[in-house]
Amino acid sequence: MKALLKRYRFFLALAALNLAVGLALPEIGKRSVELTAQNLLEMLAVIPPIFVMLGLLDVWVDRATMMKYTGKGSGLRGVLIAFLLGSAAAGPLYAAFPVAGVMLRKGSSLMNVFIFIGAWSTTKIPMLTFEAASLGLPFTLVRLMLSLAGILVIARVTEKSLSPQQQAEIDTLNRNP
Amino acid sequence: MFTYLLYLLATAGLVLSFLKDRGKTKMALRKAWKSFENILPQFLSILILIGLALSILSPETITGLIGTRSGFAGVFVASVLGSITLIPGFVAFPLAAALLKNGAGYMQIAAFVSTLMMVGIVTIPMEMKTFGRRATIVRNVSAYLFSLAVALVMGVVF
Repeated sequence: MKALLKRYRFFLALAALNLAVGLALPEIGKRSVELTAQNLLEMLAVIPPIFVMLGLLDVWVDRATMMKYTGKGSGLRGVLIAFLLGSAAAGPLYAAFPVAGVMLRKGSSLMNVFIFIGAWSTTKIPMLTFEAASLGLPFTLVRLMLSLAGILVIARVTEKSLSPQQQAEIDTLNRNP
Repeated sequence: MFTYLLYLLATAGLVLSFLKDRGKTKMALRKAWKSFENILPQFLSILILIGLALSILSPETITGLIGTRSGFAGVFVASVLGSITLIPGFVAFPLAAALLKNGAGYMQIAAFVSTLMMVGIVTIPMEMKTFGRRATIVRNVSAYLFSLAVALVMGVVF
């Protein structure tokens, strides 16, 4: 119970803050509760299949397979797979972090996991179609071209900035949840 | 529409998995729940933060900040807004389109959209759980700089 309170203390503090805002400024308080509820429902609608697939991935894909396809030395194929996995996703970026954790635990290379994160953040197919509908195809295509290069550069820079020791720490973080 | 496809895939996967091995399927579901429960406190906190931020920052306020002729200052404001807010894409893109119609520049909108997607200040605690402090900071900083570069290019092209 105490541990539970501790884990949720930030959430509880925010909920209290929201309540205080609601008492002081009822209009803003009410709107923020409505927005939160609406967001919660929308997120809960996309999240279950992502986590079910994460669980299935964890149980059925063994380390050797994951390493062969997306590990160190998986080359261009590994990069492409990481891009495709990320682009085929739906849902907010923070849902990608636990998936990235599973990939790391199964032996994906850091570079490919960062590419996966980059693709999840910007080249998600459903988001692209939505962007094209709202902002136009030229805007979307130019941004997509830039993003493809950017994702690779960011992944490379992030990977290179880590000392072997820091890379080992990331492995430890994801060993077993 | 795409969500249905995800559900279809997940359901098909579950059925296949169940037919092949009941125990493993159960374990997969337990892992799915554990991973979700692991991020639940941050997830709930973030939802409240977004609600508060969006109820205070109305679209009118945002238009005022990154409207026509806001130049590089506007790009900066847009990139900071994009980095801290977490608006789902299906809200963000129509908002961006509305802002463009109301006179915001392509450069500012590109900075907003790009940072919104790639940089996540509020989700840093969640990201650090997987990638540690160093990688999280480097990734967010380089994504931020990259977004500024995208904004400049978009400003030249459009």
